[in-house]
Amino acid sequence: MKKLLLLGAEAVAQGAIDGGMSGIYAYPGTPSTEITEYVQNSKIATERKIHRQWSANEKTAMESALGMSYAGKRAMVCMKHVGLNVAADPFINSAITGVNGGLIITVADDPSMHSSQNEQDSRYLGKFAMIPILEPCNQQEAYDMTREGFVLSEKYKTPIMIRITTRLSHSRYGVEVKEMKVQNSASLPDDPKQFVLLPAIARKRYKILLDNQINFEIESEKSLFNKFYEGEDKSLGIIACGIAFNYLMENYDDQKCPHPLVKIGQYPIPKKLIDKLYSQCEKILVLEDGYPFVEETVKGFLDSNKKICGRLDGSLPRDGELNPTLVAKALGLPTKEGLPIPEIVVNRPPELCNGCSHRDVYEALNEAMKSFGEKRVFSDIGCYTLGALPPYNSINSCVDMGASITMAKGAADAGLIPSVAVIGDSTFTHSGITGLLDAVNENSPITVIISDNSAVAMTGGQQSSATGKIKDICIGVGVNPEHVKVLLPVPKQHNEMVKVMKEELAYNGVSVIIAQRECIQTVSKNKKSKK
Amino acid sequence: MKKDIILSGVGGQGILSIAAIIGLAAIEKKLFVKQSEVHGMSQRGGAVQSHLRISDKEIASDLIPYGESDIIISVEPMEALRYLPFLSSHGWIITSTTPFVNIPNYPDLDALLNQINSYKNVIAINADEVARRIKTPKASNVVILGAASPFLEIPLENLEGGIRSLFGRKGEEIINMNITALNAGVEESKKYYQLSGL
Ligand SMILES: Cc1ncc(C[n+]2csc(CCOP(=O)(O)OP(=O)(O)O)c2C)c(N)n1
Repeated sequence: MKKLLLLGAEAVAQGAIDGGMSGIYAYPGTPSTEITEYVQNSKIATERKIHRQWSANEKTAMESALGMSYAGKRAMVCMKHVGLNVAADPFINSAITGVNGGLIITVADDPSMHSSQNEQDSRYLGKFAMIPILEPCNQQEAYDMTREGFVLSEKYKTPIMIRITTRLSHSRYGVEVKEMKVQNSASLPDDPKQFVLLPAIARKRYKILLDNQINFEIESEKSLFNKFYEGEDKSLGIIACGIAFNYLMENYDDQKCPHPLVKIGQYPIPKKLIDKLYSQCEKILVLEDGYPFVEETVKGFLDSNKKICGRLDGSLPRDGELNPTLVAKALGLPTKEGLPIPEIVVNRPPELCNGCSHRDVYEALNEAMKSFGEKRVFSDIGCYTLGALPPYNSINSCVDMGASITMAKGAADAGLIPSVAVIGDSTFTHSGITGLLDAVNENSPITVIISDNSAVAMTGGQQSSATGKIKDICIGVGVNPEHVKVLLPVPKQHNEMVKVMKEELAYNGVSVIIAQRECIQTVSKNKKSKK
Repeated sequence: MKKDIILSGVGGQGILSIAAIIGLAAIEKKLFVKQSEVHGMSQRGGAVQSHLRISDKEIASDLIPYGESDIIISVEPMEALRYLPFLSSHGWIITSTTPFVNIPNYPDLDALLNQINSYKNVIAINADEVARRIKTPKASNVVILGAASPFLEIPLENLEGGIRSLFGRKGEEIINMNITALNAGVEESKKYYQLSGL
């Protein structure tokens, strides 16, 4: 069979295409973005007419994928871990409705917060929804699990989750691809009420989900992705989940672990395999990237006679991603150290590009704010968040997408007048519009600056749903057109920008300033591709 | 055969192209390749690194264990030192001496180069100058790859093959430019070797 060198994210995408997927729905977010981009660049996906346009946010993506499943086709929705918070409502409820065509929710977690606000572990949300979770240990499993995932989903008419982490998503290895399955033809659910979650129906649907729990456990016990490995040295038994399995194997010549071992790639956790391990061994070490999810769970169902080690007892750090050296230490194996980083090396944080429009916005805003007082600029998530760092130090918050406008409103309600929001164009259409409506409805004294670079820049310059629409949206939501100002953020316009900002900051109501200039990265990328 | 390589630099300096060329060359040699790379936030002018592992056997971990990297290949001098905890006791540092100054507290260059030269196995070359001299100013990353090539145990012709497959779509001119840069790097490396009396 053919072998491809694929990122973990790309292996998920190829697995989905080969598994007969008809549509992928997503909003960009590191480390999940490359899944959708791979499908967007795939010739086969074009031939198969696979849907692969970006959605406005993770909730709309999740719902569209559920709709495609309703219509009988196989669909996948992808997001970064915090995206699942945004999509949590349809996600949890899709477990109650169940599916028609196979439905996979792929979530990419970011332990160590390489590019995120937190390192939440999506397995908890998968368990919360009570659906099967697949967690690949390598690129091959990422492919196989996705390709087979649709079958599992359709077998029990349940959505399933695939959980990957940054390290797997952004690491390449050879993947053996298998033949491509045909796509489902359209079909409607047998039961016309399946998706109607009125309480009376929802209670019945919930029972079906509860009844399925035992089936999900049986599937886990016999899954090829969960495996018991015999071992001579029973002083220790090891549970290794997902990519932690690789870090474990790195420590042994020819990847032969001397201890009995359970490799976990499918949840709910395979209790019987773990009971077998526990009965054989003197103590247990749990290796998992993310929160101590399995460690907590097994502590709950095993008796407490033997020691269970992991992130909770300090055998491994409580936070941050694992690596082979940390695993070696937990195993009591000798480790190497390399040389210390000399003092001369200083930090090099990311920065706004030279010529970036966000720079001009912050230059002007800093000057305009001087007469209005400090610590009142709420911001959001995107390249412009780098305005929190020197030399600008312009913004005072970054919490979750869309929060700038609503936090500014709440602060204004508390008397912080004026309050300012700085938000990007894609973040505005992701989750800012509804907050702006709240502010309009109360005519809150806030100034919203939409730094519109007509791209989703932070994640690599994807197309923004907002492009060309922002002014109309603001007026449509009800902002007084006289207080919707469009500016060109270039150094030459500095004085004009400061003047308009000061005027709007002084206005006792909702104003929106749209600073519109395309991202210089996408400008140069488009120039190159036209050549 | 097993080579663990850390590639380092600043976002946008082209370390992923170096990784791709080595990776493609290794595949041509029927070796296993595992390569973890950085996407996202730090690509905006921040410190970036990639772990590249090549072996004639299956590779388990996507990350190189501390103290086990055979080579650090860096396109920026300060970044070469950031990953020293990964370098093995017999490992090599191959770095450009051209600083990328985008922070106000960038260290004094002479002090930095002295620090670099204080390590045992170092090849430090001014890649930007070399690239300018041979009129391939955009290929200083490939100059560094050339300088590192004697330590990779991958024949030069395979690296050239890697360049051909990576830049194939961009045309013969770009391919030749990069091959010129590669060979210039090899020459610089040899020169450095002789000068330092190794
Ligand atoms: C819920 C959620 N989804 C996705 C992300 C990832 N993300 C962070 S910033 C960003 C892009 C924001 O684009 P925009 O607002 O246009 O700002 P720009 O980066 O272009 O300046 C994305 C997709 C996230 N942090 N949270």
